[in-house]
Amino acid sequence: MNARHKFLIGSGIIIATLLALAYVGFTQSKTYYHTITELSTLQGASRHQRMRVSGNVRAGSIEHVSNRVDFVLTEQGRDLPVSYVGRDPLPDTFKDGAQALVEGKILPDNHFEAEQVQAKCASKYEAAPVGTTPAAPQPGQTSTGAAGRPSGN
Amino acid sequence: MDILGSFALLLAFLAAVYAVLAGIAGIITRRTLLTKSARNAGMAVFVLVTIAVACLEYFFFTNDFSIVYVVEHSNRALPGFYKFAALWAGQEGSLLFWSWLLSIYAFLVLFLNRKRHPELMPYVGVVLAGVQTFFLTLNNFVATPFRVLAGPDNAGVMHLAKMSEGHGLTPLLQYPEMVIHPPMLYLGYTGFSVPFAFALAALLGRYPGEKWIHITRRWTMIAWCFQSIGILLGAHWAYAMLGWGGYWAWDPVENASLLPWITGTAFLHSVMMQEKRGMMKIWNVWLVFTTFMLCILGTMLTRSGVVSSVHAFAQSSIGSWFVGFLIITFVVCFAAYWKNRDYLRSDNQLDSLVSRESSFLFNNLILLAACFAVLWGTLFPVLSEWVQGSKISVGAPFFNKVNVPIALFLLLLTGVGPLLAWRKTSFDALRRNFAWPFAGGVLAGIIGFIWGFRDIYSLLCLILGVFVTLTIASEFFRGARVISARDGTNIFTSMGELTMRNTRRYGGYVVHFGMVLIFIGIAGTPFNKDLQKEMGVGESLRIGPYTILCQTFDHIETNNYTSQRATLEVFKNGKSAMMLFPERRLFRASQITETMVAIQSSPLRDLYVVYAGESPDSGKPVIHAYLLPLIKWIWFGGIVVVLGTGLALLPNRRTALVLRPATERSWAGTLAESTPAIGAVARRVEGHD
Repeated sequence: MNARHKFLIGSGIIIATLLALAYVGFTQSKTYYHTITELSTLQGASRHQRMRVSGNVRAGSIEHVSNRVDFVLTEQGRDLPVSYVGRDPLPDTFKDGAQALVEGKILPDNHFEAEQVQAKCASKYEAAPVGTTPAAPQPGQTSTGAAGRPSGN
Repeated sequence: MDILGSFALLLAFLAAVYAVLAGIAGIITRRTLLTKSARNAGMAVFVLVTIAVACLEYFFFTNDFSIVYVVEHSNRALPGFYKFAALWAGQEGSLLFWSWLLSIYAFLVLFLNRKRHPELMPYVGVVLAGVQTFFLTLNNFVATPFRVLAGPDNAGVMHLAKMSEGHGLTPLLQYPEMVIHPPMLYLGYTGFSVPFAFALAALLGRYPGEKWIHITRRWTMIAWCFQSIGILLGAHWAYAMLGWGGYWAWDPVENASLLPWITGTAFLHSVMMQEKRGMMKIWNVWLVFTTFMLCILGTMLTRSGVVSSVHAFAQSSIGSWFVGFLIITFVVCFAAYWKNRDYLRSDNQLDSLVSRESSFLFNNLILLAACFAVLWGTLFPVLSEWVQGSKISVGAPFFNKVNVPIALFLLLLTGVGPLLAWRKTSFDALRRNFAWPFAGGVLAGIIGFIWGFRDIYSLLCLILGVFVTLTIASEFFRGARVISARDGTNIFTSMGELTMRNTRRYGGYVVHFGMVLIFIGIAGTPFNKDLQKEMGVGESLRIGPYTILCQTFDHIETNNYTSQRATLEVFKNGKSAMMLFPERRLFRASQITETMVAIQSSPLRDLYVVYAGESPDSGKPVIHAYLLPLIKWIWFGGIVVVLGTGLALLPNRRTALVLRPATERSWAGTLAESTPAIGAVARRVEGHD
């Protein structure tokens, strides 16, 4: 068996190991993205998936209860009550009206239990949302960074 | 001025197009006049884009709020330093900035090589001009930086408008570190165009393989160095400013900057195989093509919002332009490869698994595996949506599970590779080279285990880290000992002499050592501790050897922001050690909240304290304290990597020439020409590489 064959076998072993690790890592962390509207249509196994949902924080709905933060996400007219139970502080950009992405699972009572919350307003790299004219200064529009990463890049 | 700027940009675009067309015509017709004209056009792009950049900066500094971009990213009170940096704060400006940096590289490449490599440079010029044409297309027709404000009056007629004040630069970007991070990354991204251009040019022109690698080696190292700095600055900023105690989240935009870095690292190593043994020619060419394409993909992922990330939630149409350019680039690369693939045949084969070639092959294999894993994980939501209809994303567990073993294997190769010989290493040599470092590593592992390091990956990292450090030290020591014995100098002077004789090799070892430090810093992660507690005046919190006592808390008002601040006294093992002042600021104008983390950093660990908020019931501050071991090693290791790269970029000190006078003219003067060497010339040897 020449060196080339040995190398190929070695590579094969390495790749197989990595694929196995990748598979385990994948199943441990895979997260489905659903809209709030879709959530009500989920049944059976897909209700138990780890998932991400995005929406806007309804103004006035943020409540800090003892070990968690409750709020309501809305999108296209539908509401989703969320409880954030994670340990990290909420991102600085999380407030009324912010666009938020929550990750966790949906409970049997249609309440969403979030382990992670990311919140953000449109970054400067994106086109301004339709309906805003440059003439009107938009204080909320210029923020960046949620659990906050820089928009600079 | 905006007309000047727009016009300069348009001219730059035309110059780039001309450079492409005239360059191609010059190659086909072999007329040097056309080639020279194309080269001048390529260099002129730099001048024109500089004018455009200067115009935009002029608007920032004169507070001209009739330009949309200035309104969006600046205000009157913004300090000058940040007004300058606002140039790259948004889409249009940062694309202009990208074009500018690219034009600087193109100018330097064309200028420095104007009298050299005449068979290769015309092709290089065409490729560079082609890339510039793409970005200038974006600057001129897709994301124009000089848009003016205009609004309709009552009759519906559009009039030019001007604001009295701008929106200002987001406070999160108002830090020197954040200002430097994009330029560094852009210098990396655009810098990789240079080796790409040379590789494609060499393929198209069927230029001798090793020569183009030799020419581009320094450019690649420079681009790689900037990319490394950019990535580390981003990580440090995230750590110091964002208050979550981490520095890397496998966010798509972070991954986008890492991908070309990974393939760039693979390329820097595999070129050595081509130089020394004429192997891996096809691989190297495709590796550099891939690196360039990943740079384009990287900037596309950041700007298009195609993958949701904390950087971007919305969609933008600019992504399709990048996809189009990627497709064109791939087609051109593949066509060039297909047409000229016989010129890329390898000179040699792999002789033995216990050889330096083998270690480079494994190095490339696992780096590419890491690249593939990160790319796959980043793009998975897009792919799963196409295939399955549902968007599935993967998180940190996926990336860490695959990349940590890869990183450890890479660390092993870093120690093993340099000590293996080309072609085949004898068993004796193996034993001699590896015995001590291996023993040292195992010893460190045993000590670590006894001390309480139980996490298997951290333990392996420690063992391998010590192993690699010892192999590096042994390399320096053995070479220096030879010089020292011969010249009679002390060992340290000899090490200096040794390094300067082969800066690439020994500078590379310094870079390896820096990477070891970074890996060890990362290996501290499983030992992180954190604790969150409501702390009123007089209450305290214990974490590790520290006790944190809340002395007082207050609110501060300045004209920019209001802030909640806690004054904390930190005791270490009972004795008062320091004061910390974590804050939470709310900026009035933009309504953005920012966390000012209080960090006390030492080589052993960082004490990281965050003002998480005010408890809604009692009004007392909620303090979140973290104990993060070994973090400082990451930043310090980064500095070592940069210094090592700088060292590797230095030219080798040539060994002395010993000249004898050419006196032998007694035979018909022709002897002088036929004598090959005058005296004994000690040839500059590239070390025992």
